[in-house]
Amino acid sequence: MTATTTNGGADGLGLGKDLTGLQHLTRDQIEGILDTAEPFKEISERRIKKVPVLRGKTIVNLFLEPSTRTRISFEFAEKRLSADTVNIASSGSSVEKGESLVDTARNLEAMRIDMVVIRHGSSGAAQFLADRIPSNVINAGDGPHEHPTQALLDLLTIRDRFGSIAGRRVCIVGDVRHSRVARSDIWGLLRCGAEVAVCGPKTLIPMGIEELGVTVISRVEEAIEWAEVLYVLRLQLERMDAGFVPSLREYNRVFGVSRARLERAPEDIAVLHPGPMNRGVEIDSDVADGPWSLILPQVTNGVAVRMAVLYLLAGGSPERAESAKEARE
Amino acid sequence: MSRPVLITGGRLLDPSQELDVPGSLLIRDGRIEACGPGIAGPDDAEVVDVDGLVVAPGFIDVHVHFREPGGEHKETIESGARSAAAGGFTTVWTMPNTDPPIDDPAAVGFVRGAGERAGGARVYPVGAASRGLQGEKMTEVGELVAAGAVAVSDDGNPIWNAGLLRRLLEYTQTFGIPVLQHAEDTELSCGGVMNEGKVATALGLRGVPNAAESGMVARDCYIAELTGGHLHVCHVSTREAVEQVRRAKECGAHVTAEVTPHHLALTEDAVHGYRTEAKMNPPLRTEEDRESLLDALVDGTIDVIATDHAPHHYEEKEREFDDAPFGVVGLETALGVVMGELVESGRLSLGAIVDRLSCAPARIMGLDVGTLRQGARGDIVVFDPAERWTVDASTFESRSRNTPFVRKELVGRVRATWVGGEPRYELPKEVSPVREGAPRYVGQGSV
Repeated sequence: MTATTTNGGADGLGLGKDLTGLQHLTRDQIEGILDTAEPFKEISERRIKKVPVLRGKTIVNLFLEPSTRTRISFEFAEKRLSADTVNIASSGSSVEKGESLVDTARNLEAMRIDMVVIRHGSSGAAQFLADRIPSNVINAGDGPHEHPTQALLDLLTIRDRFGSIAGRRVCIVGDVRHSRVARSDIWGLLRCGAEVAVCGPKTLIPMGIEELGVTVISRVEEAIEWAEVLYVLRLQLERMDAGFVPSLREYNRVFGVSRARLERAPEDIAVLHPGPMNRGVEIDSDVADGPWSLILPQVTNGVAVRMAVLYLLAGGSPERAESAKEARE
Repeated sequence: MSRPVLITGGRLLDPSQELDVPGSLLIRDGRIEACGPGIAGPDDAEVVDVDGLVVAPGFIDVHVHFREPGGEHKETIESGARSAAAGGFTTVWTMPNTDPPIDDPAAVGFVRGAGERAGGARVYPVGAASRGLQGEKMTEVGELVAAGAVAVSDDGNPIWNAGLLRRLLEYTQTFGIPVLQHAEDTELSCGGVMNEGKVATALGLRGVPNAAESGMVARDCYIAELTGGHLHVCHVSTREAVEQVRRAKECGAHVTAEVTPHHLALTEDAVHGYRTEAKMNPPLRTEEDRESLLDALVDGTIDVIATDHAPHHYEEKEREFDDAPFGVVGLETALGVVMGELVESGRLSLGAIVDRLSCAPARIMGLDVGTLRQGARGDIVVFDPAERWTVDASTFESRSRNTPFVRKELVGRVRATWVGGEPRYELPKEVSPVREGAPRYVGQGSV
């Protein structure tokens, strides 16, 4: 194999030891990750979906909040690169017995691991961990803060569809307040030169969002008129109980992305969604399954993007990705 | 009785009598006997030469948390009282939100007794305003006062029930004590962990809007106006709350207010990197708010500086931001922080700083300290207004280290503290070697 194996920084993109968010990455770094993902796409199309890029690496998937899609996507990416993986969930682990995050981390470290992929309910948890252990840390979602690999796969999907991200008009629709996906996408899209707007009930649009460099659109009809890409966020059902929206029915009527609304779009519009969807709430089925939808290509790209991130943090470089992929046991 | 003490060679600074002269101070039997130029002591006096350092009335902090009973791993009354003395404070008021809370006379007596044994600053307990701090039934305020309580408060929680606050502001008038209010509309703050706005949005942290404070302060001020009771607004953090206090004072309501050193010095930007030592309630706000607080302290809308000293153990702060407790320690950095923000920038004179830390709290709370007048208690602070020093939390007298000012350079350092004529603190020589040619604390018996 060709990838070097030191923890941290030898990736040619200067990503450093960890990937905790997109806020502090440059356009070159983000595009470098996307470029690295390109050759990795093909691995998943092979009959034998395995290359020895991360052979001998031990990766812990520390998922302290429920997740299906992201955890499985990471796990496929790790396994297809030949890493050894361990999954930890909060239920049934020492975390449930009250062990602190810092103690969990130190114990894992004592078992000599190489990387941690962490999903956690509190903002800053990935950074907290990254500051305290020498292993590479990849943020798989920390509270409403960031979910960088989700945004990277979104960017890759938009780039696949339109050829470039720069100049695209992207509107993120829905529960921006509680969304780590929205924040990572905002940073990534802005950095890559897209125009970004957000749209949703004002109860779900966080204060000061304009200062991040986005515009706020109050009606979904206007968003559809303006945007080339509609990024629809999941409305978590507990938001209704917390009083952010009066009912799911009303949410669907006022903000739901429906066929009827999309058919009035002035031009071709692409619809993305990070999943899992609430069909009939934020997105109607004939949109999710219709010609606008890039939702399944997003999921496919997720594996390639995560392979690229794992490879780069393990010390790989974008130029060597193609040859690394072709290496044999 | 101990020997008389003569502090000589100092710069006597006492805004309560507009005094700023070189001179000496004689303390006998715990009280100030004479103060001014050319004072000589009796033959048996201990003589302490302070060689040009400032000699001022000891500082008074009407808002500290000493955690005992129930949180002794964070702070005890003894460690807190010593921490206070190290910060130049000779009187502190301890908040009642301990475990169990200070809501009956026995608990008040416990704090008083432990305070007297502590050998640091004078410790006066604030009693709970409601039983169990539950915000429902008034405590036996008269019994608490008889046991030694100096005020009532539910601090940590707001007295959210407007009817209860009204009754408290009426009932306390019999005893001449203030109601200290932590003004927070918890329906608006609603699980927030920092200031609401751009930084919270970027960090993905739940925000507390200014209105959570200012709305409550507005309501409280109107109730103070209605009742004539003494409402003291704790730790003002927003420009809108400043406006409410200003308006209430103009209307003649008996409203006073405090601000913390950290709200004067820092903004929400200190939270970047999820720094839990910048997590406190109310949260650090914006530059606009900070400017407004500085102005309000200068023009007297905000009467006093109080630290809201809130110790927490290292491991409690060493965790995810959402889960870390609110609060920072403040006693040992207060002088240096406020001098850096206010004196260095020329906004307040050194005398005005001493006023906000000592004379003003004594004045608004009716205490017989905060002055160097003849007959006043011998509570004295000696400090070097020019010394620049770097905060090293490991040298704190406090049991806790949770300060946002770690490794920051401050200007102005406490050198020694006397309480009732007794030496209660002296800056160890190994911590700060005396600089050549600088004013210095020479110590007892060296003349």
